[in-house]
Amino acid sequence: MPTTLRDGWELVVGLEVHVELNTNTKMWCGCATDFGGEPNTRVCPVCTGQPGALPVVNGVAVESAARLGLALNCSVVEDCRFHRKNYFYPDMPKNYQISQYDVPLCSDGFLEVEVEGEEVRVGIERLHMEEDTGKSMHMGDTGRLHGADRSLIDYNRAGIPLLEIVSHPDIRDPETAQAYLRELQGIVQTLGVSDARMEEGSIRCDANVSVRRPGEELGTRREIKNLNSIRSLGRAIAYEAEDQIATLEDGGTIVMETRHWDEEAGVTSTLRRKETVADYRYFPDPDLVEVHAAPEWVEALRQTLPELPAASRKRLADAGIPDAQATTIVGSGMIGWYDHAAASGADPRVVANWLAGEVTGQIAAAGLDPASSGLTGAHVAELVTLIDEGRLSNKLAKDVLDGVIESRGAKLPSQVASERGLEQVSDEGELRAIVDRVVADNPDVVEKIKGGADKAIGALVGQVMQATKGQANPGLANQLLRDAIDER
Amino acid sequence: MALSAEEVRHVAMLARLALSDDEVEALAPQLSDILAYADQVGEVAAEDVPATTHPYPLRNVFRADDARPSWPREDILAGAPEVEQDRFAVPRIVAEEG
Repeated sequence: MPTTLRDGWELVVGLEVHVELNTNTKMWCGCATDFGGEPNTRVCPVCTGQPGALPVVNGVAVESAARLGLALNCSVVEDCRFHRKNYFYPDMPKNYQISQYDVPLCSDGFLEVEVEGEEVRVGIERLHMEEDTGKSMHMGDTGRLHGADRSLIDYNRAGIPLLEIVSHPDIRDPETAQAYLRELQGIVQTLGVSDARMEEGSIRCDANVSVRRPGEELGTRREIKNLNSIRSLGRAIAYEAEDQIATLEDGGTIVMETRHWDEEAGVTSTLRRKETVADYRYFPDPDLVEVHAAPEWVEALRQTLPELPAASRKRLADAGIPDAQATTIVGSGMIGWYDHAAASGADPRVVANWLAGEVTGQIAAAGLDPASSGLTGAHVAELVTLIDEGRLSNKLAKDVLDGVIESRGAKLPSQVASERGLEQVSDEGELRAIVDRVVADNPDVVEKIKGGADKAIGALVGQVMQATKGQANPGLANQLLRDAIDER
Repeated sequence: MALSAEEVRHVAMLARLALSDDEVEALAPQLSDILAYADQVGEVAAEDVPATTHPYPLRNVFRADDARPSWPREDILAGAPEVEQDRFAVPRIVAEEG
């Protein structure tokens, strides 16, 4: 059930999502962007705004921005430019951030998300290009922002290409906000323009929240920051809705301000009054020339967009895959593995079952994610084929998968199976001897089966499996047992 | 357009300039004159004249996404008012910017 509000109120939410692009270099200079460099080692005259330094736009970043815009059903404007957003804050050494102002690269899109089985369309106002800021460490008694006596700044992140995606205030409940962010994250990852990991900050979300009586004008909004997970986003919006309604019902007023979400306490608190747009004194950056997105170029980008998550999920549903499995497979980026395995002839439903179940579980248990697990579509295809061919039981296949993940994909399932001696015994002669012994040892069970208690054969199959340490092909064991019983 | 003393103080605050009352009084008419001078552009700008950001007939100047060496850290930190843990140490930040 979506979160319900007090009677007679409506919640209005718009989201601002920032996506850090995974280009090799920064937005305006050739400093490397890879994660984890020593502090202030990826910094140069351009990204620190030294006099005379000349920024030049990263072409790949512009292409990534346009591709994401197209995937979000936006139009890409033909001509746009960059502006300086001026503010004094030490996270930007230049005292301004280069961003886009009057004409963003992309605008007027939408994203459709499914919430509780219903399709909700969230409008997208704009997608613009800008640059990330440096990272601050707040030192002092509390180790937190309030109460810190000094801040230490690392500019490695300053200047990394950033996209800002601003939604319309079309969201009416926390669940839709969460679904929107999750879907956007999936699209970004599918396009491969960013890792879009919330925990690493490569995708971040601020929420503009207000409440009103249905049918009335929009209420005054508060902007909520420090939302570090999809869960935080939902909790913070629910908290804000309740807090704003309570304030208004008590005769108070809401002021436009920026608030900070405290995940532990589960509350928001005032960070600062919002500055007005005019205070940023935007003006066109004189060092950067205009970007012209030729319609043919945009069309070529559109043609090469990959299948997006919603389309992948629909395709899986059409193949008879349950929704929950499809969501897991697409959401964790395993659709490529699914396609590879299905194309190699494995039963799609078995593949999906393995991917959404055991594969997902084991990867998580190993503290990995699909991308870092070393698995590929070839591993999955071979594993499922071995099961299909009766060479691995489900139980043995789990052990094999464990070995494959342990090797980070260096070994194929067949290699692990033979190294660990896990191949299923499908040799009739070998099995028949065991079957004959089991039948001879259990005359009472055999009588029951002959008397029509067909299910009792399970007990005998179990004994065969035990005698072979789980390596007997269960189907073959079953068949041989029936043959042996019939012969009696 | 004439700037009020209050507007001058606001602009000074945005630029982090501490102005005395005398300076505000002296600057208000000067800044107003500068604005009036810039306003003259509006007299010739017409619908058919596109806004220009710079005088060069250039667009789409892009950089290949190839990394180049950054500056040595000592050089970057040489300009820092104070250094701590290889970072720029600044007076505490009051509010988060985004």
